[in-house]
Amino acid sequence: MSTWSPSAPRTALVARQTLYRNIREYFYARSVLEVETPLLSQAPVADPNITPMQAGQRWLHTSPEYAMKRMLCAGYGDIYQICKVFREGEAGKRHNPEFTMLEWYRMGWTHRQLMDEVAELLQLLLAERFNDLSTLHLTYAQAFQQFAQLDVHQCSDQIIAERGQQLANADLDLDRDGWLDVIMSHQVEPALPHNTLIFVDQFPASQAALAKLATDTQGVLIAQRFEVFFNGMELANGYQELTDAKQQLQRFQHELQDTGRPHDAHLIAALEHGLPDCAGVALGLDRILLHLLDAPNIAQVVSFDWQRA
Amino acid sequence: MANYSSNEFKPGLRVMVDNEPCIMIDIEFVKPGKGQAFSRVKLRSIRTQRVWERTFKSGESLESADIVDREMEYLYNDNEFWYFMATDGSFEQLGADSAAVGDTIKWLKEQVIYEVTLYNDAVVSVTAPNFVELDVLETDPGLKGDTAQGGTKPATLSTGAVVRVPLFIVEGEKLKIDTRSGEYVSRA
Repeated sequence: MSTWSPSAPRTALVARQTLYRNIREYFYARSVLEVETPLLSQAPVADPNITPMQAGQRWLHTSPEYAMKRMLCAGYGDIYQICKVFREGEAGKRHNPEFTMLEWYRMGWTHRQLMDEVAELLQLLLAERFNDLSTLHLTYAQAFQQFAQLDVHQCSDQIIAERGQQLANADLDLDRDGWLDVIMSHQVEPALPHNTLIFVDQFPASQAALAKLATDTQGVLIAQRFEVFFNGMELANGYQELTDAKQQLQRFQHELQDTGRPHDAHLIAALEHGLPDCAGVALGLDRILLHLLDAPNIAQVVSFDWQRA
Repeated sequence: MANYSSNEFKPGLRVMVDNEPCIMIDIEFVKPGKGQAFSRVKLRSIRTQRVWERTFKSGESLESADIVDREMEYLYNDNEFWYFMATDGSFEQLGADSAAVGDTIKWLKEQVIYEVTLYNDAVVSVTAPNFVELDVLETDPGLKGDTAQGGTKPATLSTGAVVRVPLFIVEGEKLKIDTRSGEYVSRA
């Protein structure tokens, strides 16, 4: 096919329209407000594992999280957004550097309540191809125990690194979390049962990002963060949101040391004003379409993929 | 020498990995939501043809491998080397050892043009054209009327290769063979 033509067939655009309509009806019925936030902001994302793109003097957002949290601090209540987000270098069969995200926040909810809502929404959105999807809940430790035979909170850095090197077939010079990512993506994820919505939560505290910390039943410090996997693909990432401005600033400063990026003063000021208890989640919509249409490549569900954009 | 960064990885790219010249077959970009990004790359070693997988961190780069493909005509062999001649008018000749010729030995015929892959100016592999025409050296005579049943029998070709052919084929005939599958296509 020549490069002037769209990479997705018209049927995929129809499926996308239906998907957006279903999402909007779902949230409308639950009085969750649809919002829009700027794509271009003065400060970039802090997460060192995500590379933002720059446009002039501004940064393209990599997720609408910071601006939406400022709305939460301002007392706007339950909100959701469907928007394009931009991440440098993330291109592959399941990644496009410009992709569509659904992000939403529930005030006063725990991340467990939010996981139930994510399951309900995904069951609805995927129903056309997957009937009555069941759910499976695993902690990060259970997933590693079951599918990688590792006691993830107890075993040494060396054991983690050795397993990772074996899977990567190389010494990639990574820290413990980096090797855990290798084991998760190379061994655990591919082994997760198919045709089931898999919720993994209680991540290591070192992978908390913007999630609150807690201790599990064994007394181990963990992050109240969850991810959703479906048929070998990660679909969503959610948090019991960190509401403590001081802790947030510390995490930002720690992350920004590595990247040299400026921190988002607006967000810190908003958090100092006060973020109420809430839970939030981000979901990749292009991947929902990959599953709905049984498409092997993200190019087939976005109108013009990265090569044709 | 050029360097390729992980975001330039693509099938067909020729790179040095652990001092081995390799060709990339398939690349999968892996990115855990909040974690480190990787490229999982399936590679084929140019020398040994071995296919293996290796993971790279995003941002890692690899040196390009000095690999050149040349169209060359097969001339003869002296039991140690198989000799090929450049078709660009230079009449340059190169010898390939048995490791470089590999399985392509089954399809080597004088005056046919092959793709010869050079690494640091030495022949590391020889690839046959998709189709070659070879004579039948030996095959059992087919029985009359068997053609309708579409049966096959083995036939030994002039290069020593043995392929399944229809029963009506007789010794001395010239056949068109698909070298990728090793299958009979038609009478030539």
